Amino acid sequence: MNISHLISKKTESSSLAKDRLKLILIHDRVNCSPDLMERIKSDIISVLSKYISFENDEIEISMINSISEEINNKNPVICANIPINKIKK
Amino acid sequence: MNEIIVITSGKGGVGKTTSTANIGAALANFGKKVVLIDADIGLRNLDVVLGLENRIVYNLVDVIDGNCKLKQALIRDKRFEGLFLLPAAQSKDKNDVSPEQMKVICKELSEEFDYVLIDCPAGIEQGFKNAIAGATSGIVVTTPEVSAIRDADRIIGLLEANELSNPKLLINRLKQNMVKDGNMMSIADIKEILAIELIGYVPDDENVVISTNRGEPLIKENNSVASQAYINITKRILGEDIPLMEVETERNVFRKFKKLFKLK
Repeated sequence: MNISHLISKKTESSSLAKDRLKLILIHDRVNCSPDLMERIKSDIISVLSKYISFENDEIEISMINSISEEINNKNPVICANIPINKIKK
Repeated sequence: MNEIIVITSGKGGVGKTTSTANIGAALANFGKKVVLIDADIGLRNLDVVLGLENRIVYNLVDVIDGNCKLKQALIRDKRFEGLFLLPAAQSKDKNDVSPEQMKVICKELSEEFDYVLIDCPAGIEQGFKNAIAGATSGIVVTTPEVSAIRDADRIIGLLEANELSNPKLLINRLKQNMVKDGNMMSIADIKEILAIELIGYVPDDENVVISTNRGEPLIKENNSVASQAYINITKRILGEDIPLMEVETERNVFRKFKKLFKLK
C-alpha cells in the first residue's frame, strides 16, 4: 500500500474487481438472465402482497453465493430481504 | 497414448499462442518430442510467434483434404531438437474442419510424439470445438482481469462438459507491483474464484514482446522472468513438484528500501 492510498482511502480496485466478478459468475453459472430475475422478483412480490403490506422499493431480491456450511455446495441461493409494514388480516 | 494438451482461454489476446510456443519449446529442450498444432484456422499466428512462417508448405486443412500426408505438413524447428509445428490454413475458415477430423489427426500424432499441444482459437464456437475434440487434457490461460477471468470460467465449464475434467490454470501477465498496491487481483484471488488447480503464472515481461518481434521463443535465451516462468510450468507438466517463484524485480527492491526509510 502506498501513500496515496492512505490519504485517499479509496477502495482497492482489486477487491472491487473480485466482488464484481463473483456476482457476474453467479449469474453466468446458473444461466439466469436479468429478465428472469425480474420476473421471479415480481412473482414473489405479488404472492407476498396477498398477506403482508410493504414498500415496493425497499425490497431486495438477489442471487448470492451459498453461505451454507457444506463445502461441496457451490450452488447459489436466492436471498430476499423484505421489510414488513404490517401483516394483512 | 501420449498427452494431448489443448491451450485455451475463451477471451482473445491473453497469451494462448505465446504460451503454446514457449511450453512447446521448453518441452523439446527437456528432450521430449513435441508437435504444436495451430487450430486457429483462418487466423494463424503460431507460425509467426515461432518464426517459422517462411517454411510453411502444407497445412492442417491440406492434410484433412488429402492434399498431402500428415508428415509432409509438419515443420521441423531447427533450433529445438524434437519440436514440430502443424500450421493452420490461412485462406480457409473454421468450418472446413470437423471435430472428428481433428480427433483422427491428434491420435495419429500422439502415437509418434510425447506431447501434442493444440493452440486453440478464441471464442466458444466451431474453432473451439475442433481444438478440444482430440485433447486429453486442457490448460486455461487467463490474465488478472475481470473479462478474461469471466471467460475462463465459461471455458472451464465447457471443458468439463466435454469430458476434459481437471483443466489446469495458467495466469499470464501478472503485475506483482499492482497486486501489492491492491490494484490487481492476486493469484489467490483468481484461484479462489475459478477453483481449479494452478499450473503456474507468468509475470508481465517486456521480453515477451521482444521475443515475438524476433520470432524466437523466450526460452531460447534463458534469462528473463517470463522464460523462467515457462520453464517452471513445463517442469510441472512433466510431473515435477516446483514451488511458485517469487518475483524480485528491481522495482520491488527499490520499493522495499522506500518502505524501510519512509513508511514503516
